[in-house]
Amino acid sequence: MTVTNQPSHWSGPAIVVEDVHKSFGDVRALCGIDLVVERGKVLGLLGPNGAGKTTAVKILTTLLRPDKGRALVEGRDVVGSPAAVREIIGLAGQSAAIQEELTGRENLEIMGRLYHLDPATRKQRGSELLERFDLIEAADRPVKGYSGGMQRRLDLALSLVSRPQVLFLDEPTTGLDPRSRLGMWDVIRELVAAGTSLLLTTQYLEEADALADEIVVIDHGRVIAAGTEQELKNRIGGDVLEFSVVERHRVAEAAKAVSDLSDTEPTLDEESGRISVRVGAGASQALVETVRALDSLGIQTEDLGIRRPSLDDVFLALTGHGAQEAPVTSGRGNRRSHNRAQTDAS
Amino acid sequence: MTTTAFASFTPLEIPEAPVLVRARNGFSDVVTLTRRELLIWFRNPAYIFFTIVQPVMFVLLFRYVFGGAIPVHVRGGYVNFLMPGIIAQSAAFASFGTAISLARQLQKGVIDRFRAMPMARSAVLLGRLTADTLRLVVTVVVILAVGYAVGFRFEQGVGPAILMLVLGTLFGVTICTISAYVGLAIKDEESVGSFGLVWLFPLTFVSSAFVPVPTMPGWLQAFANNQPVTIVIEEMRSLALGGPLVLHAWQSVAWLVGIIAVFVPLAVRAYRRAT
Repeated sequence: MTVTNQPSHWSGPAIVVEDVHKSFGDVRALCGIDLVVERGKVLGLLGPNGAGKTTAVKILTTLLRPDKGRALVEGRDVVGSPAAVREIIGLAGQSAAIQEELTGRENLEIMGRLYHLDPATRKQRGSELLERFDLIEAADRPVKGYSGGMQRRLDLALSLVSRPQVLFLDEPTTGLDPRSRLGMWDVIRELVAAGTSLLLTTQYLEEADALADEIVVIDHGRVIAAGTEQELKNRIGGDVLEFSVVERHRVAEAAKAVSDLSDTEPTLDEESGRISVRVGAGASQALVETVRALDSLGIQTEDLGIRRPSLDDVFLALTGHGAQEAPVTSGRGNRRSHNRAQTDAS
Repeated sequence: MTTTAFASFTPLEIPEAPVLVRARNGFSDVVTLTRRELLIWFRNPAYIFFTIVQPVMFVLLFRYVFGGAIPVHVRGGYVNFLMPGIIAQSAAFASFGTAISLARQLQKGVIDRFRAMPMARSAVLLGRLTADTLRLVVTVVVILAVGYAVGFRFEQGVGPAILMLVLGTLFGVTICTISAYVGLAIKDEESVGSFGLVWLFPLTFVSSAFVPVPTMPGWLQAFANNQPVTIVIEEMRSLALGGPLVLHAWQSVAWLVGIIAVFVPLAVRAYRRAT
């Protein structure tokens, strides 16, 4: 603890990553990524499974050594002084570090001991966290009986026992139901409001949207885009207008009718008669114009609506392939994104 | 893209904590993790079953079911022959828990979380082994109590009796280091479980634990007579019932030290690499 109590003379960003590479045998997990997380800000690291998000987190939390490049967390080199990094970080994620047989309070108590807090502080910190994460009622029950959302909250609470300056959340809501996800978001927002710097990895654009000040998109171990939510959206052409044409033979005609709404060409799926077009910021205006144009031609539509761009759209725009697919577009991938669009519109 | 002028950031020079502080913290971590493991043990009926009920069952089965059919030339009969063997066998089987729990913690990400904390690297393994040792002592005492109830008696007095229990426990801890390596290297809970059966059963049953080795076929005797389980059991038997002490004593020590010298570094390496 002597180390943490020394004043930190670091005035730079909370996290600086420069040209970090990491391979596992022949697999190149990271091919030179750069990142900066300003103090007190949230960086959303967005990418599909296998993009290298978890590898990046593991390097920053000293679990893996980079093959090349440098990374500083609050000015501490992850390779040169890993012990100093571990003193000031917290890590929580999808694989819960909680012990199922023990109660929530016991889990927190053990964490407090492992951070060498004195008994009074330990107890107080545990109670504080239980209250803050709405776990007071369940505090003395074994974690086994907790819901998925409660387990994630406890997992996050455990990572906060030491009051870390920099927090890493690796896919904190993957696998949670929508309500628990919203609950996690609230908790994370509170944390950030209290000044913690946060690096968050996620597969969900909406999650990055909801929480991050800046979003970095990675794919195949490379940064392919970075910016604020708005910048990214503008870059991929903003909201998406979608509809299905009832009479399949009129799909091309309909696509032509809406093609001047956007700088980019509408994409159409002949099989299902579904047309989607990026409409930038003026989504409602575009909606009105579309209805008018199609109506004047007598083209009937179904499921007409506007949706926010999904991770698939971001990937499609930036890399030419969807987030869940291999670079070669497969029929399966198309169907999936199509289904999602329908769900969103309903 | 964010091209940071990295040169403008000079990493902070943070001195490591003094050795004494680190040693104190390391000790405290081992104690905490030991307590954690023991608490988990108490809360899990399946663990209690495997570490206490199962060994007791073995004692009763061999004493009353198989025992009558196994002729031994030992004062006090089969129960006296059996007890040192069953203590060693139970101690070896207890190491199952070590392998399975390490594999599970690795799979779940618990170990990653610990490694990202300011904790001594060795604390997780040491805590595990300390907890296993304490658990072993409990198992051995329970078996011994049941043994006494069904007629077992030490023939050589208190000193050798205590030495026998210490040897049995040390043997169990030694086998735990093999299991720790197996658990960390295989990493998959179910494979670890089945693999445990494959090496622990032959090792403990093809020994003098339950039957005199001369009753086995010749080719099997060669293995049974020279493998560490038999050697340790023979020494335990001599301590409990009387017999030659010296030869098996140094052979036992050599085996235990040898196994630890090989498997502790392997386990530590597997732990470092595991992520």
